[in-house]
Amino acid sequence: MYKLGVIGDKDSVYGFSSVGLSVFFADTPAEGVKLLRAAADDYAVIFITEKLASQMQAELAKYKENIRPAVIPIPGVTGNTGLGMKNISSFVEQAVGSDILPD
Amino acid sequence: MAILNVNPTRMELTNLKRKLATARRGHKLLKDKRDELMRRFMEMVRRNKALRKKVEAKVAQANAHMALARSVMGDAEIESALMVPMQEMEVDIAQQNVMSVLIPQYETSLRSSDAADIFPYGFAYTSSELDGAVQYLSDILPELLELAQLEKSCQLMAAEIEKTRRRVNALEHVIIPQYEETIRYITMKLDENERGNTTRIMKVKDMMLKEAHQYN
Repeated sequence: MYKLGVIGDKDSVYGFSSVGLSVFFADTPAEGVKLLRAAADDYAVIFITEKLASQMQAELAKYKENIRPAVIPIPGVTGNTGLGMKNISSFVEQAVGSDILPD
Repeated sequence: MAILNVNPTRMELTNLKRKLATARRGHKLLKDKRDELMRRFMEMVRRNKALRKKVEAKVAQANAHMALARSVMGDAEIESALMVPMQEMEVDIAQQNVMSVLIPQYETSLRSSDAADIFPYGFAYTSSELDGAVQYLSDILPELLELAQLEKSCQLMAAEIEKTRRRVNALEHVIIPQYEETIRYITMKLDENERGNTTRIMKVKDMMLKEAHQYN
């Protein structure tokens, strides 16, 4: 059995603790990386705020080819940076050669 | 295209022909795999995109609810209300095999048997806005998980498609032409030897006849 987690700034992620997810607070990329590494073994899905995710792309790339954990960017309180959508485009680009999906 | 560095012998020729047949078969299979993966991937990634759009809007909404709750109650109170979570969600990963790519299937279970049991606080000292925010989050959670599952699947499939595509291209544009070229080279060389041999025998025959009959 694996757990579900959320990493992000306090305001963005606090609510998730009530619905059964483990919540970790991180305001800087360095903290985020540390938390992510610690959580990688026990967690199946880790949601991470887009703002934080955009600052630690190199670390996120390490989990790309593994089935677990799935690191999924979600918008935080500071709004949507479009990173999640960009990720999907990058999948298409990787597979097809160019982004052929309409917006 | 460069030919392989081999001796032009019959044995090499047979070996190469066998290798070429294998390469052709592998190429065909990999191409089929790539096409089918691509079809599934496109289907999945379209769904992924639509779902992400929807979920992102809902998460933003959830954040707005939370902000509203915070404006009514104050940080410290909210923190103490949410401090000890009622639920703990666990997830089991089943793996589904799609064209040799293992993609995850999440199966969630809650610690408490009652799924509606989400409020970790008594209602006396908290505002209804917080209840709304928590309720909303719990409502969008299944969709968040579906998104996670889809997105991870797409990620894994994209990597596999890239790998397969490279293999197909390498076979099609490098390995198979190389084998064909080498086979042609060996065939030519062997034929040339054969012709050389024939002329030599004819020449020797001429010489022997000349010696036996004293022809001019």
